[in-house]
Amino acid sequence: MILKLDHIYKDYILGKMKVPALKDISLEVEKGEYLAVMGPSGSGKSTLMNIIGCLDRPTSGSYELSGQNVMGLNDSQLADVRLKNLGFVFQNFQLLPRMTALDNVALPLVYAGVRKKMRRQKAREALIRVGLEDRVTFKPTQLSGGQKQRVAIARAMVNEPDILLADEPTGALDSKSGEQVMELFQKLNEEGVTVIMITHDRNIAGHAKRMVEIFDGELIERKSADGQEE
Amino acid sequence: MFENLRLSFQSIWAHKMRSFLTMLGIIIGIASIIAIVSTIQGTNEQIKNELIGSGSNLVNVTLKQNGSTLYIYSSSSIPYGVPEVSDETKAEILALDTVENVTSYSERESADGIYYQNTELEYPTVRGIDTSYFSTMGYSIRSGRGFVEEDYTNFRTVAIIDSVLADSAFPNEDPVGKIIEINSVPFTIVGVVVDPDSTYTASINSISDYYMYEYTDYGYLFIPKACWPIVYCFDEPENVVVKAVSTDDMDKAGASAKEILNSTISSNQTEVKYDAEDLVSQAQQIDLLSSATNSQLIWIASISLLVGGIGVMNIMMVSVTERTSEIGLKKAIGARQRAILGQFLTEAVVLTSIGGIIGVGAGIGMAYAIGRVSDIPIAISIPASVIAVLFSMLIGIIFGLVPSMKAANLDPIEALRRE
Repeated sequence: MILKLDHIYKDYILGKMKVPALKDISLEVEKGEYLAVMGPSGSGKSTLMNIIGCLDRPTSGSYELSGQNVMGLNDSQLADVRLKNLGFVFQNFQLLPRMTALDNVALPLVYAGVRKKMRRQKAREALIRVGLEDRVTFKPTQLSGGQKQRVAIARAMVNEPDILLADEPTGALDSKSGEQVMELFQKLNEEGVTVIMITHDRNIAGHAKRMVEIFDGELIERKSADGQEE
Repeated sequence: MFENLRLSFQSIWAHKMRSFLTMLGIIIGIASIIAIVSTIQGTNEQIKNELIGSGSNLVNVTLKQNGSTLYIYSSSSIPYGVPEVSDETKAEILALDTVENVTSYSERESADGIYYQNTELEYPTVRGIDTSYFSTMGYSIRSGRGFVEEDYTNFRTVAIIDSVLADSAFPNEDPVGKIIEINSVPFTIVGVVVDPDSTYTASINSISDYYMYEYTDYGYLFIPKACWPIVYCFDEPENVVVKAVSTDDMDKAGASAKEILNSTISSNQTEVKYDAEDLVSQAQQIDLLSSATNSQLIWIASISLLVGGIGVMNIMMVSVTERTSEIGLKKAIGARQRAILGQFLTEAVVLTSIGGIIGVGAGIGMAYAIGRVSDIPIAISIPASVIAVLFSMLIGIIFGLVPSMKAANLDPIEALRRE
């Protein structure tokens, strides 16, 4: 069990009103799974993604990541969990514009305290893995949308995280580039990477082996890991 | 750390114009401090050199009454029990290892009652001197002659004036051979002498310098000590000047001479004593005085550093706001708060340090320019330059702290949402 959410609640306080964003969410993900979390906007899927990504803390419930209870961790410890156990892919890539593709990919290694020579080597390997070995010295402005997202995926993978967490990874891409990104996820998953993808797009979600849907803060299992539609 | 430095230079270089304008406040502040320190230290060095190291090695051993200089203006002001300095006493002083020469004189400071024809001379200082006075003090003769043995033995009423008095009282004629009256007694001017110190241009940096300058400006009138009682009083006590063998011996020579002279004072009831001027402490006093003005000026210049620091804080705030999503991303991929804090703090410190280094360069340039224009000596202080750069670093830390903490405490979810 790589991820275990147990009776997670998340409330937001708006003025004096308590607005529940997540209600009693329980979710277990095995190592090597490819899971899509689907839901319309406002359903609470971003909140769930932030909690899975250790960017936010649930109001109640328990959360275990890679066998570690992350509920009691302080900010620095959460930063370390994000650094070592999680890789993020965002809708709008979030590449640093003044850095080359290589430096962008190497950025997490800086915070992991890896030496410069080793950083460059690992970042290069990660770029090769996503098929961008000929774009190493390019800056984000010189790359297409699909290439940017692949750089971002390389960055997410460079620390070899337990989970690759993608938030609308094709949201800013045309359908062809989106398709390529999906193929890359497929390939990474086949190599043993656990992928959790959040999307509102049923077609994109269809690439995943398993699918859950979130609606008004409640989770509904739609497709089980063995491909069985429920 | 190294990575932070690289990032800082990158970010500063990416906004060259903005960075330079931000640095400008620091540059101006540091430059003015360096310029002030350099010019003041230069002047200090010059004063000290003139005071101690001018090569004359003279120490004044003067009579003091309760610690302040004893001025004699009439017979009633002559203290009891203080004899004239005898030849034996002078011989005893001269026998000291540290003393090269010794002279004594009686004095009327800013004397009146001295006339040339019907014009009263403007208050020269009159000194009744012994035969070794001019050689000890280092005077040279500009025209006429010095005093000779016969002037003393025959009580000749002859006088010698210095170049300052000659130029002010006899602007268009040769004073040698002219007759002046001192307290109604006619004296013949036989020579004009030049004070070796008068070749220095006076530099006025304090009130006491100003009085010194004003006072020497009236000039000196010398008569043989033998003639002193003719115009003034009998048995007037004298002041002494000793010429030390070397600059290092000056304090010792002064102290020894003072002891010998004080042993000649017969009455122990009198509060009049000889005292040797302590040149080292005088130099220290000048240092103290100028470092007081120094620190006032530095405080004023520091205001521009404060303004510069606020400019840095302002631009760092803008930078943090601009790079919100960068900060959000970095936090999301695992940067701790301290890493973000370090990044922005490094950037602020690099910014102000570059400003400080440029400022030191500009300040040294400014100091030389000031020195050129107003003819002031310049002393570049390496410790002051190092402190200035360190101080600009400190400003970076102080004024970079608030923006950096703001960056470090950003909520990554909020930060990523903004684009």
